[in-house]
Amino acid sequence: MSDTSAPTETAQSGPMLAADGTPLKKSLARALRRQKLRALLLIAPLLIFVLVSFVAPIADMLFRSVENQIVSETLPRTTNALADWDADASDSPDEPVFEALFYDFFLAQERKLHTRLGTRLNYEMTGMSSLMRQSGRKVDDISDVYFDQFDDLDKNWDEAEPWAQLMGAPDWVAKMEGWEKGDRLPAFKLAPGIADLLPKTAEIYGEFAKFTINEDEKSLLKEEPWGVVHTALYQDLMAADVSSYTGPQAEMLKTADAAVVGFETVGFKDGFIEIDEDWGSREVWTTIQMYSPAYTNGYFLNAVDMQKTVDGPQMRDEDEQIYFTLFKRTMFMSLVITFSCILLGYPVAWLLANLPSRTANLLMILVLLPFWTSLLVRTSAWKVMLQQQGVINDVLVWMGLVADESRLVMINNQLGTIIAMTHILLPFMILPLYSVMQTIPPSYLRAAKSLGATNWTAFWRVYFPQSVPGIGAGSILVFILAIGYYITPEIVGGTTGTFISNRIAYHISSSLNWGLAAALGTILLGVVLLLYYVYDKIVGIDNVKLG
Amino acid sequence: MTPIYDKPLSLTLPTLALAGAIFGFFIDAGLGTTFVAVPLVALICAALAYVALNVMPKQREREMRWASIILFAVGGFLVAGLSGLIVAGLFGWFLGWFIYWIGRGRYRGPLPPYLTSGQVLWHYTFRVIVGAILVFLITPIIVVMPLSFNAEDFFTFTPEMLRLDPEGYSLKHYRDFLTNPEWTNAVKNSLIIAPIATILSVSLGTLAAIGLSQSHVPGRRAIMAILISPMIVPLIISATGMYFFYSKIGIVGTLPGVILAHAVLGIPFVIITVTATLVGFDRSLTRAAANMGAGPITTFFRVQMPLILPGVISGGLFAFITSFDEVVVVIFIGSAKLQTLPWQMFTGLREQISPTILAAATILVGISICLLATVEMLRRRSERLRGMSPS
Repeated sequence: MSDTSAPTETAQSGPMLAADGTPLKKSLARALRRQKLRALLLIAPLLIFVLVSFVAPIADMLFRSVENQIVSETLPRTTNALADWDADASDSPDEPVFEALFYDFFLAQERKLHTRLGTRLNYEMTGMSSLMRQSGRKVDDISDVYFDQFDDLDKNWDEAEPWAQLMGAPDWVAKMEGWEKGDRLPAFKLAPGIADLLPKTAEIYGEFAKFTINEDEKSLLKEEPWGVVHTALYQDLMAADVSSYTGPQAEMLKTADAAVVGFETVGFKDGFIEIDEDWGSREVWTTIQMYSPAYTNGYFLNAVDMQKTVDGPQMRDEDEQIYFTLFKRTMFMSLVITFSCILLGYPVAWLLANLPSRTANLLMILVLLPFWTSLLVRTSAWKVMLQQQGVINDVLVWMGLVADESRLVMINNQLGTIIAMTHILLPFMILPLYSVMQTIPPSYLRAAKSLGATNWTAFWRVYFPQSVPGIGAGSILVFILAIGYYITPEIVGGTTGTFISNRIAYHISSSLNWGLAAALGTILLGVVLLLYYVYDKIVGIDNVKLG
Repeated sequence: MTPIYDKPLSLTLPTLALAGAIFGFFIDAGLGTTFVAVPLVALICAALAYVALNVMPKQREREMRWASIILFAVGGFLVAGLSGLIVAGLFGWFLGWFIYWIGRGRYRGPLPPYLTSGQVLWHYTFRVIVGAILVFLITPIIVVMPLSFNAEDFFTFTPEMLRLDPEGYSLKHYRDFLTNPEWTNAVKNSLIIAPIATILSVSLGTLAAIGLSQSHVPGRRAIMAILISPMIVPLIISATGMYFFYSKIGIVGTLPGVILAHAVLGIPFVIITVTATLVGFDRSLTRAAANMGAGPITTFFRVQMPLILPGVISGGLFAFITSFDEVVVVIFIGSAKLQTLPWQMFTGLREQISPTILAAATILVGISICLLATVEMLRRRSERLRGMSPS
């Protein structure tokens, strides 16, 4: 610095130079850049840590509230075929959709995925779960028609090896034969040309092969294929001409080709309606069609008591609306709690701010001790105090204010939640109020009074407006904390005093409707983040003080 | 600042009689009598005040006060035994003070002379109201302590306890707390998880706070918002998200998973306290150290660290208590083997409600008193170090 600030002949004409001869501007920029980089390097580990272990989980939850791949993953062919179906034109889709459903469903039930799908769709329409279960048990009825006829024709159609030789590439079959238990199974490869000749069979057998190798880890030379491949083979043989085929098992295939024309057949649609007549109902199919896309707003609609219908989202019936009531109750109770905190916190903060600091510090301990005490300790204390056989009722009975047989019910209802949470959140109101009130000079009140204001006017027109920022900060903080509370409502809230959080917890641990839990959580998070933003604008997150 | 003069008996005697009547009401309630003690105690109080203020000479105040305590204590003992002695003795002590406070006009002493009597009344009513609110704040914590020594499995005071009968008290809930494997395991788990989570969040948090306090940090506000967010996002949402995500990466129900979650939840507290400490940190000290030839690492450990240590430690204590108290997240991502103390209390409260919870609660209150004292001490020390006067 001293070099450049001392003016010389050359420095006056050119740019100012740093000690090492670079222009000062450049040198400063470099130093700043280095400083920035160092600061970022110090922050980076924590930032990455928080992003991975906190922000990513939250993002994952947000994603889950719209994610709906399960339908299109479990029934890919059906959802494809169903895309063009117009629910207004016909009660149930046509044969091709049922054919797709047959293949999808058979593969799904072999992989035990159909019950999961049933659970998922049951959230949207009751009865889907049992329909899926029922159909999972009976879908064999359709495939067995063809399986039995192929089996009667040639026992080899129920053997693993001929199938593997027919469908698999020769080099893969050779590898397979050399395979020993414990080795990695060679990946399945279709025989050349077979996919053109028998497209459906190749596709279905391919799925079977993938599952057997990857999930079951068994040899395809030992595992007989699923019954569904025979149905596919029947359809292929009816459509294709296999006379030119010369590969392995040509003889067996050609015999079958000649015989299939005389096979007894069954319609896929009739078969499914035979299994369960619900498959003919329009509602089942509209539900499947509506939840075919990979992303859905269905969970969100459920979370606000709406329903996806063919004609777009609609409100549920009055008696089915639970979430709206719950949100309303959460908001209302949080407001009541915030208001009680203001009511109780304001006088305390005022006194603390106006007492000599030694006394104020002593009284502050009474505020800080609950703040530092475990939440569960305070909640259990309230449970003990508010019970019907608890301390408060005992005292009231003892004093003769309440008869022994009509003890007050103060727990497992809204009153219990409000009392306990007001107590728990009160320090969060008192502390910001106190720090704001400390900055208000007491002489203002005296000045107002000496100018002729009454006690009330002096307080309301002079003191109160200056304490509003403290009320704002405390209220937002208390409100944010209150609407997300879980533990206290769970323990002292009973059924009428619970919050939206308790419902979220219920959906995660009991009803397992995770998507709905995620949607409810997302709405709650949205509200909280909005308030957080407001808080940041008013108070600034840097100004949050603890203790 | 205000001249003190004796109040007329027309004010003093009714006030004292009112105080006596209120106490009499409680005696009536306790003994099950109706309207016997109310007029009796009111009369005694008024008579006592008359004797103290008008009959006895002024310098006999000390003797009068003792007389009041003894009179009531003996009366209480005769009526209700040991607990009567204590309660009535306390009232006697209060009365001895109250008679002179009212009768000699001492209550006007600390107030400005120009206040009207209505304002004086409001001044003291206001203090009583605030006192009641502070009682509301502290009572639940106080009530738990004696109940944890209950000899019965009840959650309320038994007649034996109220009589101060030693039979009514026992340490059996503490014995259960210290020997029952469910509780000892929970304590052990908490004592493993909380310190590791604290170390993790303190070390990363302190570094980041130092980075954040430098003058040119791009996106400082956004970074700060992200780092503080674990404190703002409702715990149930954090727990839900962590449950989904951690089960995807396979650390649900494992010790590292719980530690990771608790460390994240503690980070905002470390960031807030350490950045607050760094606001008052004089940067020329590090420059001076560098000027004298100290490397960045030496400067950090020998100059900066000792100065911000109080902030770091209190941030650490906050992080520790966060983890030690945390129950929502651990319920979701923990496993039966990883039950922590709050979890055990939570299940205890929800299902098989046992008074051992109260013993655990009392111990936790003890711990929080220690932590509160430490943080308060550190705060003052830090303010002293930074040259501020401790408030």
